[in-house]
Amino acid sequence: MLLSIQNLSKCYPGLPPSRAVLRNISLDLEAGKSIALTGESGSGKSTLLHLIAALDHYDTGDIKIDGTSLTGLTDRTRAEIRRTKVALVFQQYNLVPSLTVGKNLLLHARLGGRVDLDWNTTLTHRLGLADLTDRYPEQLSGGQQQRVAIGRALAVRPKLLLADEPTGNLDETASAEVLKLMLELVRKSGTSLFLVTHSAQIAAQLDRQVHLSEGVLQ
Amino acid sequence: MRGAAFGALLSHWSRHPLQLLTLVAGLALATGLWSAVQAINGEARASYARASAQLGLTGMDMLIPKNGNISVARYVELRRAGWKLAPVLEGRWLLRNGSVKLIGIDPLNHPALPAISPTGSPQLDALRSPGRIFLHPSTESQLDGHPDLPPVILTETLPTGIVLSDISLAESILGLHGQITRLIILPDQPMGLKPLADLAPELLRRAAIDTQTGRLTDSFHLNLTAFGLLSFAVGLFIVQGTVGLGIEQRRNLFRTLRAMGVSLRLLTGLLLGELMFIALVAGCLGLILGYLVAGALLPDVSATLNGLYGETVEGGITLRLSWILSGLGMAIFGTLIASAQAFANFYRMPLLLAPGVQARSLDARSSQQVMAIVGCGLIVTGSLAILLIDGLVGGFALLAGVMLGSALLLPLLLSAILAAGARTARSALSEWIWADMRAQLPGISLAMMALLLALATNIGVGTMTSSFRLTFVGWMNQRLSAEIYATVKDEQQTGEFTGWLADRDITTLPIRWAEIPYDGSPIRIYGVVDHDTYRENWPILQAQPAAWDRVFDGGGAMINEQLARRQNLWPGNILTLSQDWQIPVTGVYSDYGNPHGQVMISLPALLQQVSHVPNRQFGLRLPPKDAADLMKEIRQSFDSASISLIDQADIKARSLAVFDRTFVVTGALNLLTLGVAGFAILTSLLTLWTMRLPQLAPIWALGVSRRQLAWLEVLRSLALASLTAVLALPLGLVLAWVLLSVINVEAFGWKLPMYVFPMDWLRLLGLALIAATAAAAVPAIKLARIKPADLLKVFAHER
Repeated sequence: MLLSIQNLSKCYPGLPPSRAVLRNISLDLEAGKSIALTGESGSGKSTLLHLIAALDHYDTGDIKIDGTSLTGLTDRTRAEIRRTKVALVFQQYNLVPSLTVGKNLLLHARLGGRVDLDWNTTLTHRLGLADLTDRYPEQLSGGQQQRVAIGRALAVRPKLLLADEPTGNLDETASAEVLKLMLELVRKSGTSLFLVTHSAQIAAQLDRQVHLSEGVLQ
Repeated sequence: MRGAAFGALLSHWSRHPLQLLTLVAGLALATGLWSAVQAINGEARASYARASAQLGLTGMDMLIPKNGNISVARYVELRRAGWKLAPVLEGRWLLRNGSVKLIGIDPLNHPALPAISPTGSPQLDALRSPGRIFLHPSTESQLDGHPDLPPVILTETLPTGIVLSDISLAESILGLHGQITRLIILPDQPMGLKPLADLAPELLRRAAIDTQTGRLTDSFHLNLTAFGLLSFAVGLFIVQGTVGLGIEQRRNLFRTLRAMGVSLRLLTGLLLGELMFIALVAGCLGLILGYLVAGALLPDVSATLNGLYGETVEGGITLRLSWILSGLGMAIFGTLIASAQAFANFYRMPLLLAPGVQARSLDARSSQQVMAIVGCGLIVTGSLAILLIDGLVGGFALLAGVMLGSALLLPLLLSAILAAGARTARSALSEWIWADMRAQLPGISLAMMALLLALATNIGVGTMTSSFRLTFVGWMNQRLSAEIYATVKDEQQTGEFTGWLADRDITTLPIRWAEIPYDGSPIRIYGVVDHDTYRENWPILQAQPAAWDRVFDGGGAMINEQLARRQNLWPGNILTLSQDWQIPVTGVYSDYGNPHGQVMISLPALLQQVSHVPNRQFGLRLPPKDAADLMKEIRQSFDSASISLIDQADIKARSLAVFDRTFVVTGALNLLTLGVAGFAILTSLLTLWTMRLPQLAPIWALGVSRRQLAWLEVLRSLALASLTAVLALPLGLVLAWVLLSVINVEAFGWKLPMYVFPMDWLRLLGLALIAATAAAAVPAIKLARIKPADLLKVFAHER
């Protein structure tokens, strides 16, 4: 199992356990498969995604990625997992504004020591970014920026791609185009996808759908 | 991985070159001014050390008398007891063109003299009849026209203003037969000698460098160092602002890098590495700047030291490894200090979510409160320090506490004033202007703190200098009461000259003095004759009734303020010049610009104690309108080369010129500090510029033109600078009071009355407003010319 979540709970400091943001979450994701997590605003979707990305700490339970438990890991080991095993695509793109598109695309792969120029070229072309590599993010449209973000995440060939509302900032056409590309490249690279969305239409395009409501998986 | 992450961090600067330039320039300016002061101090100290080495005194202790001189008999006793000692006789040699310091040594016993050996003449040559005098070529002109000079040997290695000779020749020139000023304790003394303290309890053992002048010049260098530190602190405000902004702007980048697997520790290390690299580059630039500034200021510093203490700093600035290392060290240390807060914020920065605008505003308010509490603490600590710690250290602790504390209080004060101003707003636009100024305060408050410090320093130091000048001019008008000052070539001419003057009914006041050592440093004792000139004109600070009458009767002494403060001698106390020469102090007079103690007693009393007191200088009293004619007549009647004449106006003009030159360095450092503060405002506004657009675009969209917005930017800068200038005024006056009443007393030995100069404040306010306008001009012009498309992008990004 690539991703295994067991009895996961998370409560923010100062709040009673009854108001925990996540309660007893258990979930598995096989390698090469995709899963969509839906839920209303404030239901805990992003929190769960951040816990899986080893960006935040949980209170009880366990998360295993590719057999490695995140429980009790040091900041350094967590960072190493983020460099090599998982990659994130944010709703706000989070590109480095001072780097060109070309350098942004390679950044995560270089950090993880996994630069594959052929794969990068493939991604660049497939994402329609070949003519934009010398531009800076601020010179791109929202859809183009999100395509760079997807390319940057996939360039590292992660085992698990985590996407947080990746099309939330895009209009309908751009959203459909970006999603199509992302799913295609995910399948092509054999990467598993964990996608957070509040759109049932997007969720339907993935292998599996789960719904989170008030911190509890339905 | 490190390379990729470091490259991503550094790429920020390639997109923000102005910000990088600001950071480097701020740090280079801070390091430059600090290094300049250090270079000047280092050069001056090296010059003193060179002078000491040339006289063969490096590292040797000496014996000095508690009072008076050492007798030859005592010296012989100590030699017989087995002590290896070298006698030195020192005194002022009065010449036609001023005076020089004459040092008489015993060439047989004196340590090797580098000052003599390069001339090719062995040290013992000084003994050959009729003796030799050694001096620097620049001192030679002072001896021009002096009769009966022994052969002169010029040597570049002697300090300027010093003449070296055999002790017997010095005795006859100075008229101090059988007397010794100090004894040098030579190295390699035999074992088992009876302690000097037992053999000669009236003598004090002192380290070679621990002289009164050494201590005085130390205080001057401490003053310069304090100024350098202040400039350094003002420069660091720029660094703090820029580093903070650089971290704030890269918040998202840090978050992204962390999400891509760069650990917090690595990211911190990389950020530190980046800053250290910038600090080193800026430090190198700062050293170059410091070298240039020091080179430009050194002649004036030399003039200051010469005017205040009679010390000369020769040569130019030389590069020293210790100076380079300390400059780079300060650049790195300063960067670490200035970026500490930004790093603390970075460490506390939430990884997942950037705090919202509201949270940041609350953060700023809470940080203002914390700064204000720390500021109050510093002011209280500084005030306690002056009560608990004596001397310069206490004074500087008070200055540091009050200055830094007030700077930290500034943001909260400005915020309160702006909040009060907001309540007076009537229109929507004015409401927005007040609110916007308050919102911008966290970003610009550091620059305003730098401006506050620079303005307060300018007001404080300016008040001190102007008060000093006013007092000095008044004092000079009192003290230089004779219409003409004359010096004759020798004492044979004295009778002829004074007789000639008496025939014309001109009052002649002899100016006769003897220099004797007192508590390790020379003091000058003037013998004066009874005349109303002293009663009516002398600038008395404290005196007993009929003080002058007692002086003229031989039963009292007037002493200068320096001696009074140094020895804690006031009217009613007894001044002990030697065991059998004790005089009651009847009054204390001000004597600005003199590093040494001075005593005035009646001429007969002086002649009773000192066998040979030169009688060649006179002050002539006559109606001022007749002065020019008399000078003409004297020149016609006597050989013009044999009598040196100087009229009152001339001597006042010369003294004032020396005074003004003394404060050139202070003025230059003042102006540089204000320049740095102006630059701090400019950099703050420029770095904030990019963050301004999202705040300005909605106002533009609501119908305020770009030109109007540009003017409002300038207005905002002017308003903040004006408020800061008003708040700087009381701080500057406190600074002036501390300088005049605490630091000056400790450093120079005199206390000055404080005067206020409102016109100077207005001029300074004008300068601050010009600096603020210039700083706001660039962003304002950019705003006036910005394309609407760029403003529209703000809305596009908000989708």
